[in-house]
Amino acid sequence: MNKNLPKWVDLGLIPLLTLALAFAVSGLVVLSIGQNPIAVVKVMIQGAFNPFGIGHTLYFTTNFIFTGLAVAVAFHAKLFNIGGEGQAGIAGVGVALIMLSFDWPNWTIALLVGTLAAMVFGAAWAAIPAYLQAKRGSHIVITTIMFNLIATAIVGYLLVGPLQAVGSLPESPSFPPAASLPTMHDILGVFGIEFDKNAPVNISFFIALVAALLVWILIWKTRLGYEMRAFGHSERAAVFAGISPMKITMVAMLISGALSGLMAVNTVQGEAERLVIGAVEGAGFIGIAVALMGRSHPVGVVLAAFLFGILTQGGAELQYELGIPPQMITVIQALIIMFTGSMENLVRVPLENIFIRAGKGAAS
Amino acid sequence: MDFLTNDLLQLSDSAVRNATPLLLACLAGLYSERAGIFDIGLEGKMLVAAFAAGAFSAFAGMPAYDGGWGMGAWSVWIGLGAAIVASVAFSMIHAFASITLRGNQLISGVAINFFAAGITVLIGQYWFRMGGQTPQLRAGQRFDPITLPFAKSVQDVPVIGPIYHDLISGHNIIVYLGFLIVALTWWVLYRTRFGLRMRAVGENPGAVDTAGISVVKLRYSALIITGILCGLAGAYLSLGTAAAGFGKDMTAGRGFIALAALIFAKWKPITAMWATLLFGLLEAIGNKYQSVDLGFMVLPGQFMQALPYILTVVILAGFVGKAIPPKAGGEPYVKER
Repeated sequence: MNKNLPKWVDLGLIPLLTLALAFAVSGLVVLSIGQNPIAVVKVMIQGAFNPFGIGHTLYFTTNFIFTGLAVAVAFHAKLFNIGGEGQAGIAGVGVALIMLSFDWPNWTIALLVGTLAAMVFGAAWAAIPAYLQAKRGSHIVITTIMFNLIATAIVGYLLVGPLQAVGSLPESPSFPPAASLPTMHDILGVFGIEFDKNAPVNISFFIALVAALLVWILIWKTRLGYEMRAFGHSERAAVFAGISPMKITMVAMLISGALSGLMAVNTVQGEAERLVIGAVEGAGFIGIAVALMGRSHPVGVVLAAFLFGILTQGGAELQYELGIPPQMITVIQALIIMFTGSMENLVRVPLENIFIRAGKGAAS
Repeated sequence: MDFLTNDLLQLSDSAVRNATPLLLACLAGLYSERAGIFDIGLEGKMLVAAFAAGAFSAFAGMPAYDGGWGMGAWSVWIGLGAAIVASVAFSMIHAFASITLRGNQLISGVAINFFAAGITVLIGQYWFRMGGQTPQLRAGQRFDPITLPFAKSVQDVPVIGPIYHDLISGHNIIVYLGFLIVALTWWVLYRTRFGLRMRAVGENPGAVDTAGISVVKLRYSALIITGILCGLAGAYLSLGTAAAGFGKDMTAGRGFIALAALIFAKWKPITAMWATLLFGLLEAIGNKYQSVDLGFMVLPGQFMQALPYILTVVILAGFVGKAIPPKAGGEPYVKER
């Protein structure tokens, strides 16, 4: 991207430095609420990696890989999809509808159909903002935010109305037991490896990794991916090259929505096995931080998703151990978005100056 | 008939109350966007302002033997001041990221929203241990309704009396301030040198720069005003409504609705007033009629609550005329070298 800087600085050093800045300010926030940052880090790491915690860490990681990839794909076409939250929520409705409609004979078919339903519903919820952006020029950031709020209302309505199970809780009936997805315990058990039986991480984790691979192929190895990147780089140039803005906007957002939707396979089908209120739990928004930190590259997204998996699970421990509300993670997430997404020049400009000076000495 | 007019008056009255924070946030966005800086972070600034107002008014009003400052009726003004300071500080972070560092303005705004959502609960819990809420505010710690002169005596005059008494009188000072600021903004925007320059810097910063006027200074000034107005909007939520205190995520998307109203109003102050009043009315209807029976079907309460969001999408879809934003919006200005 940048000719002034070697690749390792652009893709390695700058993200690390901005991340360090974000963590440093997070440390200050911890201090300001009367806690010791070192104790906080200790609790988080122990909470995320102990035999009980790791199963949760990987479960959250799965969610964030999906939502991170979703934001990343849209970013490549210069579209800012903040709607992951709503897309995943509506996808949950899709998964629940299909799971409750049939008596599934086994989990393989249920997984296949559930995955499809999640993708279709997620994509459909992204389609309207995408169409409005492409055809009517409505700002996709605001429309996707509105669609998040509307999705919350719809899910809320369904869970106290048509989809509600018998009882007073706002949740759907449980899915047929035969449709239950294999957990990490089941999968690793085949190879004789011990894993926490109650951990929520399930086969969706591997689907997420496959999705990352497919996104990599899409963006860098296909014509469509090339067109998306060209469009993201310069809309005018892309139009001159015969690329249709309408088509790219729609396709990028449909793929993005489908990826967000896949999260529902992990949470609704894999873990809860019924639809509950607030199934998405902010994972759609964390996808923004994950994509920014991972520089919209699938490998970066997977790594960043793992980091946020650690933060989320470790952050839950903070509540028990130190009484710090889980909003601590929201703050860290905000700082990572700020420093890696918007204040990057804080480290980039000084580094460029250093390298230009060094480059003049070495190259000439 | 009487029933109908009573309902109508009551709805209009709620509409004015609901519209006030939207109006202030909308005008806040107007200054920022007219100067060429996108501001998705109105929501976050309102939220942090609402928190600062609730927290500081609570501290100020608490008797000294409870660890408070025992400031009585001054408390509410301390709250208002804290709200403005907090909101301007957040606005300056946005200014630093998008003007000085030339970063992505959308991303900076999003970050500010998340930061506000998180930090208000963290600090609120640390200070008050009430799950992120601030203590319930009493008289002197919040803005009370003002009864305008003669409201009581003209109450019985037909038509004008009830309108004056029920609709125009009886709001708190922020409401009146909000409508005053509409006029003030119009004057600043179209009748002062600062306004002319601000509009120019949002359309063509290069030209402003060529004329020897600092683009950076103008944009920072605009964002300070944005911060002040968001501070007022946030303070209204915790000090001027029935909530009487801060509750987590109490802005509930108002910052985004204000942005939609701004687009709807084509970045003009007087129109912005009407746009936000429309949203206020919609919210009032949603609150008053939990579910609406249309005869052939019943609209559920959730639909009524989602109505402002749905209207926002409809407005953004441009079904109500084309909106042309300030030309330089969202683009960092790089001085020619």
